[in-house]
Amino acid sequence: MSAEWPLWEVFIRSQHGLAHKHVGSLHAPDAEMAIRNARDVYTRRNEGISIWVARSADIHASSPGDRAPLFEPSNDKVYRHPTFFPMPEEVKHI
Amino acid sequence: MYAQMVETGLKKVQDLADMTPQERAFQARIDADVKIEPKDWMPEAYRRTLVRQIQQHAHSEIVGMLPEGNWITRAPSLARKAILMAKVQDEAGHGLYLYCAAETLGVSRDQMVADLHAGKVKYSSIFNYPTLTWADIGTIGWLVDGAAIMNQIPLCRCSFGPYARAMIRVCKEESFHQRQGFDIMMTLCRGTAEQKAMAQDALDRWWWPSLMMFGPPDAASVHSAQSARWKIKLLSNDELRQRFVDQTVPQADYLGLRMPDRHLAWNEERGHYDFGEIDWNEFHEVIKGHGPCNRDRMHTRVKAWEDGAWVREAAMAYAEKRAAREKAAA
Repeated sequence: MSAEWPLWEVFIRSQHGLAHKHVGSLHAPDAEMAIRNARDVYTRRNEGISIWVARSADIHASSPGDRAPLFEPSNDKVYRHPTFFPMPEEVKHI
Repeated sequence: MYAQMVETGLKKVQDLADMTPQERAFQARIDADVKIEPKDWMPEAYRRTLVRQIQQHAHSEIVGMLPEGNWITRAPSLARKAILMAKVQDEAGHGLYLYCAAETLGVSRDQMVADLHAGKVKYSSIFNYPTLTWADIGTIGWLVDGAAIMNQIPLCRCSFGPYARAMIRVCKEESFHQRQGFDIMMTLCRGTAEQKAMAQDALDRWWWPSLMMFGPPDAASVHSAQSARWKIKLLSNDELRQRFVDQTVPQADYLGLRMPDRHLAWNEERGHYDFGEIDWNEFHEVIKGHGPCNRDRMHTRVKAWEDGAWVREAAMAYAEKRAAREKAAA
C-alpha cells in the first residue's frame, strides 16, 4: 500500500467580510492539490471566496487539560466587560 | 440507517456506579450538552463505537454513489444528467466530511478503506439493491435520502463535535437530494401510463428496503441504550421509522401511487399510520452479504481503489520531488 496523502486543515472565508473559518480537513499530496480539493469538497455552494490550507501536522493546539489554568485568569476580570460599569439612565450615547 | 446495528462492545449500559470518576465527569458533560472534542478525554468504548458508526456512515455515502452513478450516462435529459452528477458529487463530499470526522478519533483513512474492502465494516443495506429503471433514481432521492434526513437531523445535536458539524453540512445539502428525487417522481406520475407504471414499480421495490434502513427494532438493545446515553443515537429505530412512514405516505398519495403494503392504514387513536410486518430475514441476509448487489458493489469499490493507486502514488512522488527541489534551491 502506498503512503497515505498528508492531512490538511481547510479554512474558508465567506463573502461577508468575516475571517477565515475552519470547515474541516482533507487529504492531498501538496498545498496546490489541497486547495483544488478543498474547492470541490467545501465550496460547492458559494460558501466562500478564499481558501487557506495548512498541514494538520503543523497546527499546535492548547490542551483540553490546561483549560482551567489557561482561561481562568481572565474570568475574574469582569471589569473588562462594559456592563461592569452601571451608567445613569439620563446619560445617553455611552 | 446509514449506520445500522452499531455495536458498543459493552454487555450492559454503564450506570454511574460502574464508572470511574473520570467516566462520571465525562457522562456529566454529555448530560449537560457539552460537546466532546477530539482531544478531550473519552472512554475507549465511546471512541470505538463512534469510529464504527461514523465509518459505516461514511462508507454508505461512498458506496451509495454506485447505484446512482449507474444512471448518469442514461439520464433522460442533459439537465437531469447535470443534476444527478451534482447529487452524486455531494455524496462523495458527504463521505469525505465523515471520513474526516472519524479520523479525528485516531483511525487513518487507509485503515478505514482497508476495513471496508475486507468486509470488516459494513455500509447501509439499502445500497445492495439494483437500480433497474430511471424511476429508481427518483425513488432513491425521495425515499432513501428522505430516510437519511430523518436520521441525520437529530445527529446534528449528537455529543461528538466533529460528527455533529459534519451532519450539519450534510443536512444542508440533503434536502436538494430529496427534492430532485420527488421532482423525478412527479414528472413520471404526470406522464404517460407507462411512465406512471414505472414509478409504481420502483416504489414497490424500494418501499420495504427503505423501511429496513432504520434497522431492526432496538428498544431493548443494550448498544442502542448505551449510544443514547452517550447521545450519539438520539431516537430509536422504530421512532424514526414511524416518523418516516407518517411523512411519506401523504407524499405517495399526492403522486397517486400506492404503497405496497395492504396493512397500511391511518390509526386515528395513535395519530400515526399502522404498517405491515417487515421481513427482517431479508434485512439480515443483505447485511450478511447476500443481497442482490453486495458482491458487485464491493467489486466495483475495490477495483476503483486499485485502479486509482497509480494516480495516488504519482501525485505523492511529484509532490515529494518538487519539495526536494525547492529545498535544494533554498
